[in-house]
Amino acid sequence: MVTEKNKHNEIVKAESKNLNFFYADGTQALKKINLPVYENKITALIGPSGCGKSTFLRSFNRMHDLYPGNKYEGEIILYPDNTNILDKKVDPIEVRMRISMVFQKPNPFPKSIFENVAYGLRVRGENNKRILDDKVEEALKGASLWNEVKDRLQDLAFNLSGGQQQRLCIARALATEPEIMLFDEPTSALDPIATVNIEELMSELKKKLSILIVTHNMQQAARISDYTAYMYLGELVEHDDTNKIFTNPSKKETEDYITGKFG
Amino acid sequence: MSEPIISARLSKDFQRNIMERFIEFALLCSAAFAVFITSAIVYVLVSEAIPFFQHVSIYEFLTDTVWTPNYSIKHYGILPLISGTLTTTFIALLVAVPLGTITAIYLSEFASHKVRETVKPILELLVGVPTVVFGYFALMLVTPLLQKIYPDLTTFNMLGPGIVMGVMIVPYIASLAEDSMRAVPMAMREGAYAMGATRFQTSVRVITPAAISGIVAAYILAISRAVGETMIVAIAAGQQPNFTFNPVESAATITSYIVSVALGDLEHGGIGYQSIFAAGLTLLVMTLLLNILGHMTRKKFAERY
Repeated sequence: MVTEKNKHNEIVKAESKNLNFFYADGTQALKKINLPVYENKITALIGPSGCGKSTFLRSFNRMHDLYPGNKYEGEIILYPDNTNILDKKVDPIEVRMRISMVFQKPNPFPKSIFENVAYGLRVRGENNKRILDDKVEEALKGASLWNEVKDRLQDLAFNLSGGQQQRLCIARALATEPEIMLFDEPTSALDPIATVNIEELMSELKKKLSILIVTHNMQQAARISDYTAYMYLGELVEHDDTNKIFTNPSKKETEDYITGKFG
Repeated sequence: MSEPIISARLSKDFQRNIMERFIEFALLCSAAFAVFITSAIVYVLVSEAIPFFQHVSIYEFLTDTVWTPNYSIKHYGILPLISGTLTTTFIALLVAVPLGTITAIYLSEFASHKVRETVKPILELLVGVPTVVFGYFALMLVTPLLQKIYPDLTTFNMLGPGIVMGVMIVPYIASLAEDSMRAVPMAMREGAYAMGATRFQTSVRVITPAAISGIVAAYILAISRAVGETMIVAIAAGQQPNFTFNPVESAATITSYIVSVALGDLEHGGIGYQSIFAAGLTLLVMTLLLNILGHMTRKKFAERY
């Protein structure tokens, strides 16, 4: 088993190596990205719109496979397997079982609260009522939603508020005990209070798993992440400790972006 | 108090207002036209059916199980026509609902863009086939084939035309259901795939429930279409009003009775002639009930994604 560590002795959970990505129309959205994701840490991706941060995030669970013509080059190594998850021989469904995702807009399924959370388990063939009950409760507690919904688990998920829906989506992703969780601007559709809830939740979640988050809100990246990567035009400009990026970035472009001179 | 002074640039534009009024009136007229036609149909049906019901009591009409307005011993029980209509419709739905839904799922979730763009127009071409052709198709091809499996089947039966009617309806269901499934936002699909769901799990457990209101609407339209279908059953089901739900027997539906009388030489104003209006009124009430049912189901499953 290979475990790579950085200077702080932190374990690398996944790592992109020379990752290029091309959309079906031939545009190159990612250019030679090398970026590690550390275990039990939050890595934030920042950069102006269209810089490729979402494209990069969505490579981690092979979301691009859903659309014909998209092409990856390079590798994303997942540890401890030491396997390139972009390899054609790797089953994208197996990857998604271990690396789950929360989207920009809450996207609950047209089912009850309970069935939303149980969905990932059912997909994996779990139909035992007792096990489902336990896991759903655990996941809802993990997403700090349990107290608000425990008396109405059979209600339609659409009846929840936007913030609650997003926490439901987190619970849904959590129920299958993923190793990495991808967040694609998870609070951009939420009000400030719901945003704080989600941010606190993420800080709690990183005790159990690794998080990669795309955010267009620099304050959010500064508040919650341990590492920050600044991307621009499909390239990774700088990647470092969040503190360092926001107080003393080594690149001029990064400084211009975070101080608001650009972007 | 004196009149407020309004500058020329802020005063009302007389010409524009007239134009707006005129457009509004034109729109109202075209909307009213459909309402007018519907009311006219209802008026004709009711006014012609009233003399019929003066001769035959509503109780007899709804409970008698024999329909022989053209025989010497006359009976006016609508039930045989209703049973024929319901049985052929049910057989048609048995064929069309699974086939149409599966086709919709395939086209919306599995087929590549190229396959979809090729198959859908061909499928919709089926809608353009005249129902007379379908009727002879049922009589000359489907029933003989069924007779090979089930030799006791009579030449005129409800099974053959029912199945053919189902085939005819498949494109309606497939096309409408596919539209509503494709309207489900991509975010919902991505959410399901991100959970590690397969294509099949995504389409059956997430997309179908999300599109259910449109799918139900497609089913309702298909039912109305089957209930109103005339030529296929008139040609291949035998025009024999039998009070039976057995699909291997011959029967007549409400519409096939109407068409057979309309083509015959019954005197205007006679009781036999009036009976087709009573039958037509029954059909109208049936489709109306179906539409109300459809409206209620649509409301229940209102799209909420």
